[in-house]
Amino acid sequence: MNDSTSLSSTNSKGAPHSLSIALLGSGGSGVMTAGGQLLDAAGQAGWYGMMTRSSGPQIRGGEAAALLRLSPQPVETHKGRFDILLAIDWLNADRFVGEIILDEKSIVIGDNGGTVPEAISNMGGRYVELPLSELAKSISGGRPNMVALGALAQLIGLPINALEVVLTKSLKKKGQEAIDASISGIRAGADQASEIPDIPDLKVTPSPGRERWSITGNEAAGLGAIRGGVRFVAAYPITPGTEILEWLAPNLKKVGGVLVQAEDELASINQLIGGSFGGTPSLTATSGPGLALMTESIGLAVASETPVVVVDVMRGGPSTGIPTKSEQSDLNIALYGLHGDAPHIVVAPMSIGDCLFTTQWATHLAETLQTASIVLSDQSLGQTRALIDKPADISFVSGGRSITSKAESFQRYAVNDSGVSPMSIPGMPGCQYTADGLEHSPTGTPSSRAEDHIQQLNKRKRKLDLFDYGDHWAKVSGDGETAVLTWGSSTGPVSEAISMLEAEGKHVRLISMRLLLPIQPERLVAALNGVEKILVVEQCHGAQFYHYLRAHYDLPGQMRSMAVPGPLMIRPDDVYSEVKAWENA
Amino acid sequence: METANPCPSLKPKDYKSGTKPVWCPGCGDYSVLLAITKAMAEMNLSPENVALVSGIGCSSRLPAYLNVYGFHAVHGRALPVATGLKVSRPDLTVLAAGGDGDGFSIGGNHFMHACRRNVDMTYIVMDNQVYGMTKGQASPTTDPDWDNSKLTPGGTKINPYYPLVVALASGANFIARASSTDPNGAAKVLVDAMRHPGFSFVHMLSPCVTFRPEQKDWKKMVRQAPVEPTTDPAVAAKRLMTDDNFFLGTLYKGDRPAYQPELKATVDNISDLDKGFIL
Repeated sequence: MNDSTSLSSTNSKGAPHSLSIALLGSGGSGVMTAGGQLLDAAGQAGWYGMMTRSSGPQIRGGEAAALLRLSPQPVETHKGRFDILLAIDWLNADRFVGEIILDEKSIVIGDNGGTVPEAISNMGGRYVELPLSELAKSISGGRPNMVALGALAQLIGLPINALEVVLTKSLKKKGQEAIDASISGIRAGADQASEIPDIPDLKVTPSPGRERWSITGNEAAGLGAIRGGVRFVAAYPITPGTEILEWLAPNLKKVGGVLVQAEDELASINQLIGGSFGGTPSLTATSGPGLALMTESIGLAVASETPVVVVDVMRGGPSTGIPTKSEQSDLNIALYGLHGDAPHIVVAPMSIGDCLFTTQWATHLAETLQTASIVLSDQSLGQTRALIDKPADISFVSGGRSITSKAESFQRYAVNDSGVSPMSIPGMPGCQYTADGLEHSPTGTPSSRAEDHIQQLNKRKRKLDLFDYGDHWAKVSGDGETAVLTWGSSTGPVSEAISMLEAEGKHVRLISMRLLLPIQPERLVAALNGVEKILVVEQCHGAQFYHYLRAHYDLPGQMRSMAVPGPLMIRPDDVYSEVKAWENA
Repeated sequence: METANPCPSLKPKDYKSGTKPVWCPGCGDYSVLLAITKAMAEMNLSPENVALVSGIGCSSRLPAYLNVYGFHAVHGRALPVATGLKVSRPDLTVLAAGGDGDGFSIGGNHFMHACRRNVDMTYIVMDNQVYGMTKGQASPTTDPDWDNSKLTPGGTKINPYYPLVVALASGANFIARASSTDPNGAAKVLVDAMRHPGFSFVHMLSPCVTFRPEQKDWKKMVRQAPVEPTTDPAVAAKRLMTDDNFFLGTLYKGDRPAYQPELKATVDNISDLDKGFIL
């Protein structure tokens, strides 16, 4: 645990040296605020880390937990086990059993006089009491969450001045009095925690270096959209995708774009089609139920060859499901939900930071190929905040929408080798056409002729098949005869499990697919060359990814499916154990 | 999108694409097509700066017959497509068109919200009180005792929907009725509608001679409303609620400002947005 010198190098094998902290309290107790401040302060001090918000479905009240993991190395997944659990109160805390695992080395901290629920005390760990509310009361404007924050900072060796920087920034609007009260609370908590005897050394050595960002996957997707050129967004609020929209609304305005809150998802997707027809790259964000409502018109975007981007931040399904928890179970609807033969793009970010790149790329692909792109993010990527290195500023040099104003013999749906036809936008004289969801001839005139149908079907497929997606299609690393094949948010725990296996001298290949449609059979076969065993990992009860692979790819060797539904996260330990179990079978 | 010179005096036929309509002989929609081209010629609009968006149904076939930019979208969604286009391209003249089923049944929610949102566009609903493309079923504006559909034997027994009243209650900024039986009068109403800022709703009577042959009598029943357009919603409400569905002309003109967000960047470089994430 405290062997920081040997583990601070990013080249080291094994899981990153890290600290996991759960901050618990009933809604309104300020655990999310304190957790966010702790994370940002850790970033100030040079650490990496992540924070997941876990809460019940209540709008206000109920139980809430800020789950943090801090490390000198970038981290992209939680471990199951927590080093510290601090509860501001124990109301409904037993609901987190299963999500928060403790052992005899864990420290459990509660307020003076509180009663730890049996389900938690049964897991073990050393219980320590701190006078959280008493100390808060002794400070004018003091709050127990700030006292808790100070105590945690002291325990993990986080410099108090890093917290002061973060608080001064985040409480600027509330005034100096609020800042002073918070800082007094933090100091009181830190002093108190320093008096706890026999605390094992939990300190990690920070590695200050490059510019560090604090960002959620939803914010990253929003930024990726704007970097990709999106200037029109129409959307309907839905958990857990709403933060993309809340980030985009003010930021689109800054860059001369606009977000329209639509009356429903049917309206939002169709507003995008209108915006895009007018020449403005357009995007919406939603979750499973919204995607289901949009599918008819995503088909219209495909048929009329109007570029649109739909980000689906997946949650537990089907139906209303578990809106506040993550699952990868919208793969099938994204791949196959459109009626008719409707080739389109499906991509998935594999980390919080990658939500930026993948959304930007999806926009680029939609625009270049005049089609619909679906981005499959999920609640765990979207609503987790991470400390990451400043993301690369990528611009795709070629491609984008090619707009033609050449009126002579203009045919909007001309059949050509690339499959990408010339596209005009309103305002261009002589290039008027009617975009149509009816099958059409090359000029756009409605047609039910067999020849037009086959030509247009071929063309719409060809443009996707011929495009060179380069190395972006997947992340491939490692070697060995065993491979773990995964996608999206499962990539984090799989990567860490493979690091753990590598630390034991094992060689395991990781393949995480960013591009799910159109299929890339040759690339995947090449990446799997020499592999004898393939473990397919996904957070989905129906093994949708496994079945997709079996349907479309000719894969070598034996396959095994590890398909685990939400709401619990897949943990590195789970994947590690699965690989080991198969090895020993 | 700037155009150098507006086209010098275009004729109605200059707005036609030349594609032959799928409509039955005698369909009211031919005259609506004519009225639209007359209105565009009257306003001397450059065809490339006009877009007409439609949904699904007989009347929704209209865009293909015009020489302006067109979008033939899915059933019921003409208004959202038109909204997205106009909000992101305020320089264009945007129209939406469709039938009573498309606009008031499957697209009913969008109709209400388009009235409320008040984007500067003109929505023409060709009302024939029947689903023609699917061969004659009752629509939201069909009388309850109309008994000619196998789908609703004995009639729907449901009172029809009053689109003008709904439009007023929902916030439409311009409400008028026109008839395909009077293309010149309809063209005048359309010019008035396109010139009026905000969401303009034109209820266009357009008989279906195939499934509702009795509607051929509409030409004897329509008449000019003996009133001037009112700007008072209370006066308009009384007028529209006591209306017999055959008064023609502009019935209400509101003065609500159109919904149009300003599309003007306030930062020089999008890297400015990064600042919010840097620790």
